[in-house]
This record gives sequence, C-alpha cells and structure tokens, in this order.
Amino acid sequence: MTIDWNAFTPLTALAGGVLIGLASAWLILMNGRIAGISGILGGLLDWPRGDRGWRLAFVLGLLAGPAIWGLFHALPDIEIHASATMLVAAGLLVGIGTRYAAGCTSGHGVCGLSRLSPRSFAATLTFMGGGFATVYVIRHLLGA
Amino acid sequence: MNKFSISAFIAGLLFSFGLLLSGMANPEKVLGFLDIFGAWDPSLALVMGGAIAVGLPLFALAKKRSSSILGAPIQLPGKREIDRRLILGSLIFGIGWGLAGFCPGPGIVATGALKPGAILFTLCMIFGMWVFHWRERRNT
Repeated sequence: MTIDWNAFTPLTALAGGVLIGLASAWLILMNGRIAGISGILGGLLDWPRGDRGWRLAFVLGLLAGPAIWGLFHALPDIEIHASATMLVAAGLLVGIGTRYAAGCTSGHGVCGLSRLSPRSFAATLTFMGGGFATVYVIRHLLGA
Repeated sequence: MNKFSISAFIAGLLFSFGLLLSGMANPEKVLGFLDIFGAWDPSLALVMGGAIAVGLPLFALAKKRSSSILGAPIQLPGKREIDRRLILGSLIFGIGWGLAGFCPGPGIVATGALKPGAILFTLCMIFGMWVFHWRERRNT
C-alpha cells in the first residue's frame, strides 16, 4: 500500500463528512427516519404506496444538489471511466445487494455505525471488503 | 408539500452537498479509496469519520427521544441478527460498488449533475431494486 498524497483531500473530505452526518442527524431528529438512501429509494418502489412524500422529497433534494451548488460554485469533477456494460452490471448488483442487505454506505455505513449497531458494522466491513477485492481484481489482476 | 417533505428535502440537499464537497460524488475518487493495493487515496475514511463523529452524539440524542421534533415517531431499526441476507447482500453490493465506484447516494447526485453514465447506473440500480422487491412479494 502506498498513499496517493496528491489525491488525498483531508479537509474537504472531513467537511463533506460532517455535512453528511448533519444531514443524517437532521432526518432522524426532524422526521424520525434513517437516512439510508437505498432504503428510502426502495420504499418508493414498494406496494402499497405508503409514506411516499418524504421519500420523494429526500431523493429530489439529492438530485437538486448539483444544480443548486452550481448556482454558487463550479461543480467538482465527476469522472466516470467505467464502460456502459460495467455501469449496467454495477447498477444491478448495487440495487439487488443493498435491498438484500437492507442498507448501503449511508444506512449501514453512516447511520448504523453512528448507532453503534453490530449488524451495520458487519455489513460495512463486508461491502468495503467486496469493494477492495473487486478493485484489486480489476486493476491489478486484469489490469483494466 | 407538508412539513415532513420540506424537512426531508433539506436533508437530501445537505446530503448531496456533503457528497459533492467530500468528492464522493466522483466515482474515480471512490475507486481511489477502494484501491488499497495501488496508489491509495484515504479520503473516504475521513468522510466516514466526519459523518460518524457528528452522528454519534446526535443519534444518541435521537434514541432518547420518544418522538421527532416534527412530531413523528423515531423509527430506528430493531433488527439485530447478522444473517446470511446481510452478509451476502453486502458482498453483492460491495462488488457492484467496486465495478464502477458508485453507491446509491453518489449515483443519484451524479444523475442530478446529468452525467449520462450515472443516469445509466441509477436506472439499472432502480431496476435491480425493483426485481428484488418483486421476488420478495412473490415469495411471501
């Protein structure tokens, strides 16, 4: 392991993390709900149609972020190098996996670890491990 | 729009800003973190650290309250078991995350930035979720 000091952005990472923590705390304290993005999105697909209003509003907030950010500041880089095939496979795996595990980086990673949930700790270790292994295979074994 | 929707919109917007500011809406940066055997960018660890540092005291506060500030019940997950679904699902998610560098939040935010690759990812993610829900309904 070598640390890529040129790519490392500790201050914006920490500040962005604080904002994410505040957003999650806001949703639990104001609405009484967990800010798990896969869970919020998944709930929009459920039947019967229950509490859809706040879910839709949360997703709209996520979508509106770049446009509102763009009014005040240049948008940060969003570089997508994956091929269309990879993006399709990634989307399907992320969609199925997060619903099967009942959470993702936000629900288990941020909210779950903040609640000191052993279940979320196990989930976070597992998806991080899956991510590390996949990138290792793609970049270092296949050299893509 | 009722007060719950306005509040949820603000939470979503803050979350979106957090992902943009931290660089996590950028899949290349996320892949830089997941590449621990290459040139490793530890930034994502600090994003998680910052979020949890704020989350710990505020979630502890939420646990103590019987209802939310807007008057809704506080709904915290009651499930405790570390079961096959949790581990297998997380593994499937992790593999998908490593393929493109997108997890659900950044995928939606980059869709909001109108990046074609992100739109494709997000539509497939929603389809994957829909397939899972459809199977669950059929099996129960």
